[in-house]
Amino acid sequence: MSRSAILPNRGLADRLSALFWRRPRVLLLLLITPPLLWLGVVYLGSLGALLLQSFYSIDEFSGVVVEEFTLKTYGELFRAANMDIILRTLTMSASVTLASAVIGFPVAYFAARFARGRWKAVFYLGIMLPLWSSYLVKVYAWKLILAKEGIITWAADSVGLGFLLDAVLALPGVGGNSLSTSFIGTWLVFVYVWLPYMILPMQASLERVPVSMLEASSDLGATRGQTFRSVILPLAMPGVIAGSIFTFSLTMGDYIIPQIVGTSARFIGQAVYQLQGTAGNIPLAAAFAVVPILIMLVYLSLAKRGGAFDAL
Amino acid sequence: MKSIRLMGTTAVAVAMAVTPALAQVASLGTPEGQVSIVAWPGYIERGETMAEFDWVTKFEEATGCQVVVKTANTSDEMVALMNEGGFDLVTASGDASLRLVAGKRVQPVNIDLIPSWANVDDRLKNAPWHTVDGVHYGVPYQWGPNVLMYNTEAFGDTPPTSWSVVFEEQTLPDGSSNVGRVQAYDGPIHIADAAQYLMAHQPELGITSPYELNETQYAAALDLLRAQRKLVGRYWHDAFIQMDDFKNEGVVASGSWPFQVGLLQSEGFPVSSVIPEEGATGWADTTMMHVDAPHPTCSYLWMEHTLSSNLQADLSVWFGANPVVLSACTDGSGMQTAEGCTANGLDDFEKINFWTTPVSQCESQGECVPYYRWVSDYIGVIGGR
Repeated sequence: MSRSAILPNRGLADRLSALFWRRPRVLLLLLITPPLLWLGVVYLGSLGALLLQSFYSIDEFSGVVVEEFTLKTYGELFRAANMDIILRTLTMSASVTLASAVIGFPVAYFAARFARGRWKAVFYLGIMLPLWSSYLVKVYAWKLILAKEGIITWAADSVGLGFLLDAVLALPGVGGNSLSTSFIGTWLVFVYVWLPYMILPMQASLERVPVSMLEASSDLGATRGQTFRSVILPLAMPGVIAGSIFTFSLTMGDYIIPQIVGTSARFIGQAVYQLQGTAGNIPLAAAFAVVPILIMLVYLSLAKRGGAFDAL
Repeated sequence: MKSIRLMGTTAVAVAMAVTPALAQVASLGTPEGQVSIVAWPGYIERGETMAEFDWVTKFEEATGCQVVVKTANTSDEMVALMNEGGFDLVTASGDASLRLVAGKRVQPVNIDLIPSWANVDDRLKNAPWHTVDGVHYGVPYQWGPNVLMYNTEAFGDTPPTSWSVVFEEQTLPDGSSNVGRVQAYDGPIHIADAAQYLMAHQPELGITSPYELNETQYAAALDLLRAQRKLVGRYWHDAFIQMDDFKNEGVVASGSWPFQVGLLQSEGFPVSSVIPEEGATGWADTTMMHVDAPHPTCSYLWMEHTLSSNLQADLSVWFGANPVVLSACTDGSGMQTAEGCTANGLDDFEKINFWTTPVSQCESQGECVPYYRWVSDYIGVIGGR
């Protein structure tokens, strides 16, 4: 008679780990379900609800939403005043992105190629520090800095450059009574607030440009300018595009900055806020909210072609 | 799918026909321990801004109803919050109250349960902004004019007498132009201020009420506002940002509320206010009760409390408004005095065009431009179109 080995009774944990060992997919399923639920229900579900709302319309007097399918609300987007809002937001997003790229590139380039040791730390701290303080505090601070009786006007006047500031503010379309009540002011604050999101991915991609390629380029007789144009810039482009996704989409969705600094002319985010929060016109607000989603989808597919996601 | 929707609609229609349309509270129960109120900023004070202005603590001690306040900056915001639900009461202005009634967001108020109703100013008891077909949808809270606030240093010895300082380009008494130095309210109801200005200056348009405009009159008002856009750097939306703009942005004149005037004066800033010769628009607010108010008994107790002479007097001093209980001006129950009431415009009741919601079927001329177009067109005007 052969004697069977005496094993201790197996506990729940043992059995579970045996199950996971025999069927690895169970473990995978268990791990992936919560995030999938989050993505599916909370994230896509609310997006779906939003989309649904945009096909409703609003009763014109009582402000109660009529839950019947209609494209009337989307038609309203094409009214001149609403198109203005969309174009204004697009122009602002594009110019903020462009300015962030132009200002951010040299900073990122310096940090990636020349900063060493302590300087690198200073660089990181300098970029990250503004992100640690409250967004609202920064924006209100800028309102005071840019105000007619703020420090910029004062400084310009005391060094005799007041005429320059006046000339800038006299620009048609973007100027205004003071920096704080003009599009230039809104743009300045946007660039300040979103710049770090541009610099960090650019710096990451610049650091990945191999030094050997730059050496090869100069061995082949390229000037510094040629090396920059045909080696560094193309290789860093994915980082620039990745950064631009942040600055572009963040600008397009923001509704706080243009409310505090600017001319009171609406941006998409404000229109959504006013229409759903204050006018109770949820369908039109939802239709407005779909606009940036569509724009970003186009933008992302273009960015994907540019290889932006290789740098993330 | 279509038939399902049809069945659903029919079911809703049947249900609505069966339910009595006017359900109002018949008697009070025990207080529920809480009452949540949507209110204008500065309207419900518990002594946190200034210790002597407190009309909440006593109420909470006496009734055990904790008062929770949600402030809203515009009438549209109030309507939206009430549409969302979850609140008991709202201090609705006339441009919100009828929308709330039409949208079935508020319930009729049983005035038999509010003993102080008898003390309410007779001019307000049956005011059209809270009484529909003889049914009361709330109790009056306070009323007041939208004043013209101005910087006394810029205007010197010649305070403005006309709204033209905010509507038409001109040189102010301090020698500079008013371009970029005036503000206007960032709400569609401001179109009515333009219409009221036109009532006085373009009588040929035949405007009888600034809230009832036909297409021609409406177009003229929008034109005036487009000209105003060139004078205004930034529209005001938030009372505190407006005060900041008077301090740091060089703004010297704007339509405003007595609330901002009072606060700026208390800080020693050189401002004053006036009701110009064209008259003024104004607000007359009503405490209204949500149709599904979770705390009805506390709501009724609060409505009764708001009509106490003491609260009315203190609130009218604090907000620069007028009490709806006339004895509050004279009986010394609070800080208000007869002179104070006169200064706040108590005697100007007839000169004020109170905020009402513009509707398409209007009394004076049959067909008028409705409110939803005011909203979208005003967004357009601010956007420079």
